[in-house]
Order: sequence, then C-alpha cells, then structure tokens
Amino acid sequence: MSGNKVLGLSGNEAVAYAIKQANVDVIAAYPITPQTIIVERLSEYVNNGELNAAFIPVESEHSAISTCVGASLTGARVFTATSSQGLALMHEILHIAASLRAPIVMAIANRALSAPINIHCDHSDIMNARDTGWIIMFAENVQEAYDLVLQAFKIAESHEVLLPVAVNLDGFILSHSLEGVNVLDDDEVSKFLPKRQPIYPVDFEKPVTYGPLALPDYFFEIKRQQAEAMEGAKPVIERVGIEYGKLSNREYKPIKAFGMEDAEVAVVALGSSVGTLRAVARRFRKKGRKIGVLGLTLFRPFPREELIKYLEGVKVLIILDRAISYGSSGGPLYLEIAGVLYRSGLRPIVLNVIYGLGGRDLRPSDVEAIYEEGFKCAERGRAERELLWVGVRE
Amino acid sequence: MSGVKEVYKMPESAFQGRATWKELPIGGVIPEPATSLRYKTGNWRALRPVLNEKKCIRCLMCWVYCPEPAIERLEGDRIRINYDYCKGCGICSSICPVKAITMVEEGA
Repeated sequence: MSGNKVLGLSGNEAVAYAIKQANVDVIAAYPITPQTIIVERLSEYVNNGELNAAFIPVESEHSAISTCVGASLTGARVFTATSSQGLALMHEILHIAASLRAPIVMAIANRALSAPINIHCDHSDIMNARDTGWIIMFAENVQEAYDLVLQAFKIAESHEVLLPVAVNLDGFILSHSLEGVNVLDDDEVSKFLPKRQPIYPVDFEKPVTYGPLALPDYFFEIKRQQAEAMEGAKPVIERVGIEYGKLSNREYKPIKAFGMEDAEVAVVALGSSVGTLRAVARRFRKKGRKIGVLGLTLFRPFPREELIKYLEGVKVLIILDRAISYGSSGGPLYLEIAGVLYRSGLRPIVLNVIYGLGGRDLRPSDVEAIYEEGFKCAERGRAERELLWVGVRE
Repeated sequence: MSGVKEVYKMPESAFQGRATWKELPIGGVIPEPATSLRYKTGNWRALRPVLNEKKCIRCLMCWVYCPEPAIERLEGDRIRINYDYCKGCGICSSICPVKAITMVEEGA
C-alpha cells in the first residue's frame, strides 16, 4: 500500500506529475488552452532532469500526434495532450493511431469547439473523436485524472489491447482546479508500469512494414480485427482498475454507481458533473427520494452490459450530454444509451438533457430541477418533453 | 482475441486472399520483408494481353513501359508476359509499334 503523500495539484499538474512518474520516453505536444500547463510542466521536468524523455516541440497538433504514432511504433512509451481545436486538427491521425494499434496516452482538457471561439468546458471535442478507435475515459475530479493517466498506459500497452487511450478532464473545472491529490511513490509507479514491451520493436534483423496499403481483399479483415481489439480491451480495463485499487486503495470500475440499489429515477453523465449530481442526489436521498447516479469512467469501449445491470427497475433514466449531435434525436451519450436499451429490452422513460455548453455551469439548482422533472415523469408514467435544454436562456 | 501473438511470418493463406481477421498480424503489419513477390495481383485483370510471337520485332518497348513489371526479357530479346502479376493495364499493347500484343477479355 502506498504512502499517504498528498500534493496540492491542479488537474493539469496532476496529469503532468503522473506522466513524469510513468517514465515516458517521448512527449510531442502543442500548447492549447486549457491543456497548456500539462505541456509546460512536462517541459520543465525534462529541462531540469526530473524526467528523461525526448520532448519534441512541434508546429501543430497534427504533427504532435503524428510524432506520437511514429514513436509508439518504435516501441516507446508516448504521451501527448490537447484540447478542442487541437484535437480536431489531430483528427485524421487519431484514426491512424488506433488502426495501426499504436499505444499512446493523451490527456484532453475538454473545451468547446469553435465557433464561436470559446475556451471553456464541454465535450464537443472528444465526442467529435468518439469513433476514431481510441479508448476513451473520463475523470470526475483531479484525483481521477491522475489515477486514470497511470492506468491508461497499462491498458494501452497491454498486448491484449495495443490501442491508444484518451483520458478526458473537464477544461478549467478540473484542469485548473487545485485539489489534494493522493500520489503514489515513484517506485510503486515503476512497478505498476514497468518498461514497455513492444510487440514489434525496431530490429534490423527482423524488419516489419507498418501502414501498408490494404485493398478490398484485406481492409475489412483488418477493421474487423480492430473492432474486436476494442471489445477485448474491456476485461483488461477492469483488471487494471482492480490492480490499481490494490496499489492505491482506489479501485476503478467502468461505471461508478450511487444509490442504484433501489433507484426509481437514475441519472447518467460524464466528467466533473457527476460530482454535482451525486451531491444533489445525497440531499434527495435524505428526504427518502429514490434517485441514483451513474458516472461513466469508460465511454469507449462502451460498458453496455454493466450499464444494463444497473437499469433494471429504473422507471426514468435521465441522460446528460455536454455536447450536441446536430440534427439527430439527442446528444451523443443519449444516442449511445438508447441503442443499448433497445437491445436489452428495457424500456424506462428516457430524458435527454443538453447542458453546460461552452463552460455554462451546471448548478445544483439546475440538477434539482432535472431530478424533479424525472420524478414527475415517473409519477405520470410518461415524458412531456424528451429533450431538455438546461441552463440556456429560452 | 486474447493476446496478440508476436508473429514474424505472414500466414500462407494471406497470399491466397483467404486469411481471416484472426490469422492476420495486428494493425495490417507485414511482419517479414520481400512479401510483394508472393502477393499475386494477376487476378485484378479484366483484359489479358496476348502476344503474337510472329509479329514481335523484339524492340523491347513493352518491357520498358510495363509499370509492373510483368514483361520478362528472355534470351534473344524475346519476351514473356507474367500473368501472376500483370494487371491488364494495356500499356504494352498500345506502345507496341507492330501491334503484336492484343488485349483479350478475361474468360472470353
């Protein structure tokens, strides 16, 4: 069990601290608000000799992720970080990283995509990248950002996975908030994350070709294999979460459940809002109102079976989206869960809440109103409106 | 898939276009050098070049122009078309100054 070292760190600093302890070999990143401090701290660590890594300054995020792909394929442990437009600029290479099965860990300080230009939190950046083949995890607080980054390397580099992992932390809300963070000792991290063992290390006696052309005769097989790799990552993610728990006393599961034993109304969300949802749910619970909260740590691969286990007996399910899928019937998380529910045969009343775009706060009073709406639907046995815009001036 | 195996040999089935996703190395990696010779591209062909040896003047223009190259140069500058790799582009036929190569529909 680890010592009880607690450091006052912002989300960005916690990520940088974890990266230093993970002993990465290559960092290639480009500054963008609100992620910049991650890269700043890392450049300081490399400069002052605390971290022996190649820090490669690049001219854009497209170059940053391209550098990471190349470095990862040589067998290096690789990290990058970005936000918003930076992630969008990486987009084509995100697909290539996953398809070439290049383990890379990326921290994303979530920020709204332009236009209008904005630097504050929503999930439009990562939702835009949700089908790139990356494993996608969400931190609820700074502690989780630290913990998930360390787990991400173990998951990404596992020979049962070999996929890149994106760890999301809400821009400013987490990236710039100071928290007391329990950190592991350096040697504990080294034991948890021993040197990466690449499957095809650079070896001139055994040359291999990465990224060749695959025509209609093989492309489909390679994609099928990649889809299966994502499914195969699930048990590894669970195993790593348990192993990390033994090390830190903080076990991780794909879904964090609160009050779900007897919940009539359940709410599901990603990122820092989960904390607010839980705090308000505690107050409701004290008044005997049966509300439950599900916080998803894992978004890709989507924890379908685990989610369904919690939803039997739930009358109303409220799905919170911090992004829009323009012209569809709801936000990205809603669409995901609606598909899962349909397959499962469960038919709770489903409400979709769009909230928090461009850094608009989700206040406890907003959450109370959302819960009240949920209980009203449960009483009536139907929803008057299935899509709720919360926090916007109508 | 439980664990990716370190494979340094392409499965033989891959060269015959019948390898399943389970048999292929990860991420489209080709884990050994010089495999292109074993990847036969002749089945892409819709039109097949047919040589009339009697007309051929051994100028080797087809040998020079074939992008594959699927025209083999033999003794006395005679040529042979290697149908394992010829994709049927027809350049040899159009460059031939004496029309010694005609394009014939495959299977016709």
